[in-house]
Amino acid sequence: MAERRDSLWRRAGRQLMKRRGVVICFVIIACYLLVALLGILGLLPDYQERVGDSYDPPSASFALMLGTDIFGRSVVYKILAGTKTAMLIGLVVPAIAVPIGVTLGALGGYFGGRVDAFIVWFFSVISSVPYILIVIAISFVLGKGMLAICVAMGTVGWVGLCRLVRGEFIKHRHREYALASRLLGAGDLTIIFRHILPNVIHVAIITASLQVLGAIKSEVILTYLGVGIQDGSSWGTMISDAAGELVQGIFWPLIGVVFSMFFVIYALNVVGDALRDALDPKLLD
Amino acid sequence: MLAYTIRRLLYMFPVLLGVAALVFSLFNTVGEDPVRVALGQHATPESIADLEAQWGLDQPLYKQFLDFLVQIATFDYGRSYDTGEKLSDMFAAGAPVSLSLTLPPFVIGLILNVSLGLLIAYYRGSWLDRFSTALFIGAMSISYLAYIIGFQYVLAYRMDWFPISGYEPGIEGLQFLLLPWIIYLVVSVGPDVRMYRTVFLDETGADYVRTARAKGVSENRMLFGHVLKNAMIPIVTYSMVAVPFLILGAFLMERFFSLPGIGDLMITAINNGDFPVLKGLTMLIAMGYSLIVLLTDIVYAWVDPRVSLS
Repeated sequence: MAERRDSLWRRAGRQLMKRRGVVICFVIIACYLLVALLGILGLLPDYQERVGDSYDPPSASFALMLGTDIFGRSVVYKILAGTKTAMLIGLVVPAIAVPIGVTLGALGGYFGGRVDAFIVWFFSVISSVPYILIVIAISFVLGKGMLAICVAMGTVGWVGLCRLVRGEFIKHRHREYALASRLLGAGDLTIIFRHILPNVIHVAIITASLQVLGAIKSEVILTYLGVGIQDGSSWGTMISDAAGELVQGIFWPLIGVVFSMFFVIYALNVVGDALRDALDPKLLD
Repeated sequence: MLAYTIRRLLYMFPVLLGVAALVFSLFNTVGEDPVRVALGQHATPESIADLEAQWGLDQPLYKQFLDFLVQIATFDYGRSYDTGEKLSDMFAAGAPVSLSLTLPPFVIGLILNVSLGLLIAYYRGSWLDRFSTALFIGAMSISYLAYIIGFQYVLAYRMDWFPISGYEPGIEGLQFLLLPWIIYLVVSVGPDVRMYRTVFLDETGADYVRTARAKGVSENRMLFGHVLKNAMIPIVTYSMVAVPFLILGAFLMERFFSLPGIGDLMITAINNGDFPVLKGLTMLIAMGYSLIVLLTDIVYAWVDPRVSLS
C-alpha cells in the first residue's frame, strides 16, 4: 500500500515537471513568495516614502517605473508591499480553512449518524448565509485589517472542502482496506488519519491551491468595502483608488496592479489545474 | 417520493433556526452597537437608554431572540433603524432592480456558457480547446473590481456608449443596465465554461458512453443526445444554487452603477449598523436558498430514483 502511494505522488511530480508551462508557473509563484519573504524580513523598500511629485508618470528608474501615486509614493514599491499582503493572505486562509474542512469532513463521512447530521447541519447553515455578510460581521468583532479578513475567510472557506472530503470518506469507509485494518484492531482515528486520509488528501491539495487565489481576489473586494487592509499596502486599496484616478487620466497604478495580480493568479490557476490532472485518480489512466 | 419530500421539507426548519441563531448572534451580541452608530458623538446616557428601549435592545437576549423568531415566522421584520421604512417595502423596491440587473445575464450566460462548454468539449484536445483554456484562465485572473472600473471608464466615460450610472424603472432603464450585463457575462464566462467543459468531459468517460459507441451511435448523437441529457444534473446543481443570490444582485455593480438594489441596500445597512434590514435580508436569502436546494433535490429524486433511497 505504502509503495503504491509513493508511486502515485512520484508519478504526479514527474508529470508536473514534464510540462514546461506548469514549471514556469511554479517559478512565477516562487518569485512572488520571495517578494513576500523579503517583505516579512523588512527588506523591501519603504512604500510610504515620497520619491517624486504627486502623480508622476512612469519613467526610467526602478522606483518610478510605474510612476507615483497622489502622495508622490512609488507605485512599484506599493505593489511590492501589496504582494506581501496578498501572499500572506493567500497562505493563511487555506491554513485555517483546510484543517477545519478536512477534519469535519472526515469525521462526518466516517462516523455517519448523529455526528454527520450535526456537521451537515452546520455547513448547511453557513452556506445559506451570504458569504460577504459573515466576513463583514467577523471583521466587526476582530477590528478591520489583515487578521480579521484572514480569520473571516478561513472560517467560511472550509465548507466546500468539507463537502468534498465527507463524500470521499463515505465512499472509502466500507472499502476492503478500511475493514481489513479494523479487523487487525486499528482504532477509528488510525483508520481515518493513517489509512483513509492519504487516499483522499489530493482533494484538499487541489482545493487549497484554488483557495489561495480565491483569497487574494476576495481581499481586493473586502478592502474596497472598507473591511480589509487599512494601511494602504494592498492591491485592493490600489484598485479601489483607481476608480477616481482614471478620470484624471492617471492609469499607471491600475495597469501596474492588474498585471501584478494577473501573473500570480494565472500561475495559481494553471498549477491548480495541473495538480488536479496529476492527482485525481479518476483522471489517471 | 412523498416521504422524501416531507423529510426534506422538515429538514429546512433546523437549518433556518441555525441561520437565525447565527445571524442573531453576529449582529446582536458581537457587531457594532447600532445605538451608538445612530446617535453618533452627541449620545448622552439618557438618549442611549431611550433608543435602546424604543428598539427593544434593553430586553434580555433570549427575549430578543424569541421576538426575532416571531418576526421570521410572520415575515414582518419591522422598520429600518436608519430610514424608518418597513423592510418589506424596501425589499419590494430593491428586488426588481437587483433582478433586472442579474436575471437577464444569468439566463443568457447559462445558455451561452453551456453551449460554449459543449463546443469546447466536442473539440477537446484541439487548438480551440487549448486557446480557449488560456483565454478563460486569463479572464479569470483579473479582479472583478478592475473589470467594473475598467469597463465603466472605457465604455461609458471615454467612449460614451453607455450612461456612467443611474437607474430608471421600465424600458428606459435598459440603457443603464446594458453595461452591467456585459460585465456580468464577461466575468462569468471563464469559470462557467470551464466548469461545464469538465462536466461534459466527465460524462464522456462514463460506461453508457462506451456502450453507445460500441453499438455504433455517432459521435454527434452521443454528445447531444446522451451526454447533454446526463450532464443536466450537475449543470442544474451548479447553476441553481446561484439563483437566491441573484436577488442580492451583484452588490459591487450596484454600488458602481448607482443601482438601488438589494445588494446596495445590504452594504448601506452594514455601514450603518442597520440590524433589522440586515437580519431580514439574510433570513429571506437563506430561505430562498434552502427552498431552491430543496426544489433541486426533489427534481433529482423525481428524475433519478436512486437519490431518494439513500
